[in-house]
Amino acid sequence: MIRRAMRAGVPLGLLAALALPALALAKGDGDSLGAYDKGALVETTLINTLWVLVAAVLVLFMQAGFAMLEIGFSRQKNAGSGVAKILTNLSIAALAYWSVGFALAFGVDDSVSGLFGTDGFFLQDYEDAVPSEALAEAGVVNGDPRAAFPVMGLSDASIEAKWLFQFAFCAVSLAIVWGTTLERIKYMAYVAYAVVFSAIIYPVGSHWVFGGGWLQESVGMQDFAGSTAVHLIGATGALAALLLLGPRKNKFGPDRKARAIPGHSMPLVGLGTIILFIGWFGFNAGSTFNVEDLRFAEVAVVTLLGGAGGVIGAFVATTVFQKTIDIGMVANGMIGGLVAITAPSGYVESWSAPIIGLVAGVIVVAGVLAIEKRLDDPVGALSAHGLAGVWGTLSCGIFTSPRLAQYNAFGEESGGLWYSGSFAQLGHQALGVVVVFTFVLVLSLATFALIKATIGLRVEDEAEDAGLDIVEHGMYGYPEQFIPLPEIGAASHGPAAPGGFGNGAAAPEPAGSHAMSAKGATA
Amino acid sequence: MKMIVAYVRHEAFDPIRQELLDAGFPSLTITEVKGSGRQKGLTEHYRGSAIALNLRPKVKLECVVESHDAKVVMETILRHARTGSVGDGKIFVLPVEDAVRIRTGESGEKVLQAHEAEEIPA
Repeated sequence: MIRRAMRAGVPLGLLAALALPALALAKGDGDSLGAYDKGALVETTLINTLWVLVAAVLVLFMQAGFAMLEIGFSRQKNAGSGVAKILTNLSIAALAYWSVGFALAFGVDDSVSGLFGTDGFFLQDYEDAVPSEALAEAGVVNGDPRAAFPVMGLSDASIEAKWLFQFAFCAVSLAIVWGTTLERIKYMAYVAYAVVFSAIIYPVGSHWVFGGGWLQESVGMQDFAGSTAVHLIGATGALAALLLLGPRKNKFGPDRKARAIPGHSMPLVGLGTIILFIGWFGFNAGSTFNVEDLRFAEVAVVTLLGGAGGVIGAFVATTVFQKTIDIGMVANGMIGGLVAITAPSGYVESWSAPIIGLVAGVIVVAGVLAIEKRLDDPVGALSAHGLAGVWGTLSCGIFTSPRLAQYNAFGEESGGLWYSGSFAQLGHQALGVVVVFTFVLVLSLATFALIKATIGLRVEDEAEDAGLDIVEHGMYGYPEQFIPLPEIGAASHGPAAPGGFGNGAAAPEPAGSHAMSAKGATA
Repeated sequence: MKMIVAYVRHEAFDPIRQELLDAGFPSLTITEVKGSGRQKGLTEHYRGSAIALNLRPKVKLECVVESHDAKVVMETILRHARTGSVGDGKIFVLPVEDAVRIRTGESGEKVLQAHEAEEIPA
């Protein structure tokens, strides 16, 4: 018991440390009521706030998509674990991103050369923020949150709506990390990494790319909604976890050939994919932060065409490479197409969206087939979020139109290779990808190595056989599949130790049996 | 008394069941089982990796009849379960020592006989 309490204590202590300053800082929330009383709220603020908030909720809904996708790709004995994980991760990310992450990602950057934001912790403490020249021209005054979070300052949506939207992005990136770790990672490893990821790794990485940091401002990298900033960062975290975690038991035979471990529900994979698809309209179209010039609807169409291209590309690729239409691959293709169109969604004309998606679909299938030979990535996160994220980011260097480059005011004004004949933008994109990948990989490897050395990263062999549901949660996600019906609600006592599941007693059944007592093998 | 245990293809079950009913043998138990014999396995593919399925699904059919009826039941099963390909299954015949009807406690061959229609409550 003591050992368990200590394991839980480390990450919980970190969270408590994050929360303490909040008590000291607590004061009135913004001044929206004051502005309302003075009649100073304008219609654009109202409509833009409404759109950003709706988009934020759409992106939050993507958590359901990730949960269903991962659960569908898991075996039945691990189906329940994904539910507890997604909720825990979301909640940890909320506290960490509110207290620390958002300020590092989007706060005024007074650090050396655009490394991280330095203002706005706990969404507070920006009364003396001074607007930049451009924002002052737009009527932003001292102490306005638009001055404190300048990269989103051109939108007059409320800072709370913008925070919720950006938090939802952080939660998406974190959810991507766990795709490679299914069915064998310890629960407490999630908790610990989630704190570091959503307070530091994601905020700093995304600050560089789309929070006004050095890759965006100095290098001129374009990433409209986060092919790199959200998806590649998440997938890189997933790679780091996988490298230290290793494959699932029996994934690779003695001949080192990969064996199939089929997920238990393709219908759930399909449901998850379609929920992600729906959420993506908030993800990309919401990244406009305003509705006034109707760009958001154009971005939505580009997003749809990218996703459609991804499915068609993957469908053709799986038919050619595998001589069958692999269901999971078609789903991965849609995700890959959407991931790829995320960076260019605000920079390209609609004609290039299906091409970007189509290429992504092919890349995703080829990527899964290649990765499967050496690494165990049950959901294809490395391919769908990683490789497609890289391709999507690079595709800005090819397809960005001059009109939209100037509209967004990042990168080369002459647009991508197709328009300008110049490799300049492609170069910026490639540099951005390499820098972010390296930064996140190093920091994540260090974090996971520390977790491995302290609380441990991987469950015991016997626990992996029995499944995470019964070992870590004391009950199966699908109890009727594992517990004989006459024993559910029955009064009779068998040879099991008293107390039932979760008492830490020795397992009554031989190791590896599904009916093994919770924690029995690990205690 | 004999117990007949047959392992047959799924699609053979329904015609066997129909004919046994018509012939006055309503009592039987089935279990869906997986097993291997001379029938070859299948190789399926999932995300680029192969998975060999060597245990093939079959229906296991059990029924206990009076000794002189065993031949009728076996012939019925043979007629419908045989396709001529490997994988049609097997029939085993086992001796049975006794039989007890739990509702009444009566025992012996008579508990194997079907009720007259009017004796069965709706």
